[in-house]
Amino acid sequence: MMTQNAPALDATSPTAQPAPDQIPALSVAGVSHSYGARKALNDVSFAVRPASFTALLGLNGAGKSTLFSLITRLFAVQSGQINIFGHDIGRTPGEALRLLGVVFQPRTVDLDLSLRQNLLYHAALHGIARREALTRSEELLARIGLADRAGNKVRDLSGGQMRRLEIARALLHRPRLLLLDEATVGLDVKARADIVGHVRQLVTEQGIGVLWATHLFDEIAATDDLVVLHQGRVLARGLVPQVIAEAGASDVNAAFARLTTQASQSSASSLRSAES
Amino acid sequence: MTVTTVHSPAPARSGFSAGEYVTCLIGIVWREGLRFLHQRERFVSALVRPLVWLFIFAAGFRQVLGISIIPPYETYILYEVYIAPGLMAMIQLFNGMQSSLSMVYDREMGNMRTLLVSPLPRGYLLFCKLLAGTAVSVLQVYAFLVIAWFWDITPPPMGYLTVLPALILSGLMLGALGMLISSGIKQLENFAGVMNFVIFPMFFASSALYPLWRVEEGSPWLAYLCETNPFTHAVELIRFALYGKLNWVSLAVVGGCTAVFMIGAILAYDPSRGFVRRGPGGEA
Repeated sequence: MMTQNAPALDATSPTAQPAPDQIPALSVAGVSHSYGARKALNDVSFAVRPASFTALLGLNGAGKSTLFSLITRLFAVQSGQINIFGHDIGRTPGEALRLLGVVFQPRTVDLDLSLRQNLLYHAALHGIARREALTRSEELLARIGLADRAGNKVRDLSGGQMRRLEIARALLHRPRLLLLDEATVGLDVKARADIVGHVRQLVTEQGIGVLWATHLFDEIAATDDLVVLHQGRVLARGLVPQVIAEAGASDVNAAFARLTTQASQSSASSLRSAES
Repeated sequence: MTVTTVHSPAPARSGFSAGEYVTCLIGIVWREGLRFLHQRERFVSALVRPLVWLFIFAAGFRQVLGISIIPPYETYILYEVYIAPGLMAMIQLFNGMQSSLSMVYDREMGNMRTLLVSPLPRGYLLFCKLLAGTAVSVLQVYAFLVIAWFWDITPPPMGYLTVLPALILSGLMLGALGMLISSGIKQLENFAGVMNFVIFPMFFASSALYPLWRVEEGSPWLAYLCETNPFTHAVELIRFALYGKLNWVSLAVVGGCTAVFMIGAILAYDPSRGFVRRGPGGEA
């Protein structure tokens, strides 16, 4: 678990040439993306340190899913650069994607297939031979407490169990960076806490770097790194207490409100000055 | 903005072994097969269509159309026997268009997302996906052949084996064509559009329902159109292969078209299309 006085590698502290162990798990630098005339992301930059939990906070429509589509190479990067452990997602996608696990916001498991079949399919996509894939599947299913249901159809699982399965699936190829896009949407309070706890455990016990996109303030802990994304722009980034202090607020909720209000005001005034 | 600094890459294996490529291919085909087994309605509806043509259309036309002895047939044949290869190709045509359309538009977006985060090259993943779709269409064709056998469509036993490579090649061609069309032509985003503008013209302007020499008697230019239609060559490749023969011209056309469509489809494939279509509201 990171501490507050750990060497910060987030974009706020200038570092000249980081040592190899300080290469960010994920670095997003100057990324912009448009859908036709509509700009979804505007000069977005931030980094996720290895073995850290970085919360990407933004309302619906802030650009989180677009960002995820770019990091997973689903969309081509239009401008800027995205690196996963130093591997450019555009130039060496194979190396970059090997180190990346992802849980998308919409469910992407096959409901008609069994838990095990879903995991084996994913393992095959990563070129993991069947025997090894079987071993890893059993291990992961045991860890999420679903070992006895390996042969059941995914359709029979609860929402929380499906999410845990998706997280297990994202870990099959042993990535070092895990992306989760609104992973707790539609879950009840207990299942939510369960998922958040599980992912935090992955950070501390396995040293996985996590980027956790959310619009729920209560999922963010004081020790997390925070990136505030609003209308395609990064409004603030840094350790949670730092962001709160810089915004002159008392908690994340207030800081977010203050930052987004400021952003709206400044964009409105710049619009006015452009008109005059 | 100090994150723009270029960092030296973390040690990681580059490239992929042949074993990884094979594992990936087997996995994709295996999953498609499993999904197919779970979707009985899809299987039944894929079979009903050609059977309606066989049982009703062909029976009605039997007396109208006389078929002379043309290769690969060595005797006079019934009309049902003539159109069987055309119906086999039709199964593949529908299947190819349907599965390709769902790859490009959002219906299967979740599955495409899972597929495309695989670190293997995207072109290879799309090829595997098309091959998996073809495998499903081949299963459908064999199910059709089993029923057709009871309807007195009895090709030589070896024909059931020799037709397999022809089915794989034509399935790939039609799947790649479907993907190229749905990636390249924005207007054809639903199946009705594809049916009107692609499936029906391709199917009717081909040798599937009538031999080209009969078409030529009525309209030479239509015969010429049929002859340049890749679907005609898919039908003829299957027809000859079903009787243990090889039609070289059709093989060359189908092989060439497969390569061109496949490369075009991979280049034109744009996963952001399914998202942009849904509009800004779909993006969060």
